Amino acid sequence: MADQHTIVRVTGVKRNFKLGSTDVQALKGVDLEIFAGEYLSIMGPSGSGKSTLFNMIGGLDKPTEGKVYIDEVDIAQLDAFELAWLRNRKIGYIFQTFNLIQVMTALENITLPMIFAGVHNDAAVAKGIELLDLVGLHKRYNHKPQELSGGQQQRVAIARALANDPAIILADEPTGNLDLSTGEEIIKLMNDLSKERGVTIITATHDYKMLNASDRVVWIEDGLIKKIEHRDQLNIDVGCISMA
Amino acid sequence: MVHGVEPWVEDTFLSTEQDMSKNRIPFQNQDEQPDIAAQVVLPFKKSFEISLKSLKSRFLRNMVTVTSLILAVSFLAYVLVGADISSGLYHSGDLDLIKALEKTGYEPGGSAKERWIVILSLLVCTVGIINAQLMAVTERFREIGTMKCLGALDSFVLRLFLLEASMQGTTGALLGSIFGAIIAILVGMLRFGLDAVTMLPLNEVGMSLFYSIGVGFGLSLLGVLYPAFIAARMRPIEAMRTEE
Repeated sequence: MADQHTIVRVTGVKRNFKLGSTDVQALKGVDLEIFAGEYLSIMGPSGSGKSTLFNMIGGLDKPTEGKVYIDEVDIAQLDAFELAWLRNRKIGYIFQTFNLIQVMTALENITLPMIFAGVHNDAAVAKGIELLDLVGLHKRYNHKPQELSGGQQQRVAIARALANDPAIILADEPTGNLDLSTGEEIIKLMNDLSKERGVTIITATHDYKMLNASDRVVWIEDGLIKKIEHRDQLNIDVGCISMA
Repeated sequence: MVHGVEPWVEDTFLSTEQDMSKNRIPFQNQDEQPDIAAQVVLPFKKSFEISLKSLKSRFLRNMVTVTSLILAVSFLAYVLVGADISSGLYHSGDLDLIKALEKTGYEPGGSAKERWIVILSLLVCTVGIINAQLMAVTERFREIGTMKCLGALDSFVLRLFLLEASMQGTTGALLGSIFGAIIAILVGMLRFGLDAVTMLPLNEVGMSLFYSIGVGFGLSLLGVLYPAFIAARMRPIEAMRTEE
């Protein structure tokens, strides 16, 4: 594991928000390295700064202090075009609320990032069908999001996130709006994908089901990393939690 | 003054120099195509398709916007074509007709009051369009944010909104000017009998129609400009917000 390639590096990241007249410090100096191909969960109660850190890694928000590097490129230095490129090719986003585009069918949702990437329409459709097949929704390609269940919508969203073969998939509470068993299916699907395709998966969550799938878990509390645990250390902790 | 100019010159110089050296996106491998222009795209045909789709799926809402445009444009066309009819009758040399005209309070060149009412109605219509489009933008915050997460540039969003507005504008302006002209001709016939049509200077009516269509189309674009700008400038982080 020592020679692993670092895909995301977060150094000394602080983030302040203005809430009315008071400054709130959501992150108080976070250092984190994420390796290519790992499944990392960021855990923490709401208000812990978990989502803020997550947004920083995804290039959706800029740190007040400190740096975020993706593939050793400081993302604060990127212009609008390069950021769009990064979001288009390098990162796939999965949201708690699925965020499929309502006016488009499942297939069109999946092909959209490929269209942005300049892929020819026929090639995009072929790959879109293939991805739908991968997430087990082959027959539903022509359905609009309203016609799909939550779990199915999240599957489409996963397929969409994979469209341009990104190196990183960012999933913000991917199971937050799903029932227990559907959530488990989604976690399993993401886990399989990370193993098969070598995609780095980073999730922000407070779903303990996520723990078993994760290679590492980062616990955030009050704007700081409390601890980072590997999977082998985890099972004991899960036991503790269930006992507590 | 010189001090104000200098950094700007330096800045542009620097950025062109940078452009020369980083013809490729920082994340790209050395062997990948360095052609940046083709890296994040939205072909016109595709943007047209997307706009048409979102217009169709929000048909009722769009009909309300278009109806306000139809009303304003038809009023404009009604006044313009009405003036054409009157001037046709006035220049016919028939004394009975001229007498009938004067009885209705006709002034060659149109009355100031009428002009003010037309301007006011157009103004009200523009404000209505801005209002409706602002609502549409708010409603679509998440959709826009999602698109940006998938790699859409500001210009894509701007283009989508402008395309939708121009389609609404074309429909509203066309229908409005036709309605307005028909009503003006019917009213003219009611007042002056068939002479209203026989004396009608066709090329002037054509100009009036053309003028009203142009104004309607222009108003529709003018109304969407500010909302579209807001939409384009929106940060992708909005897509992550969980509250509806």
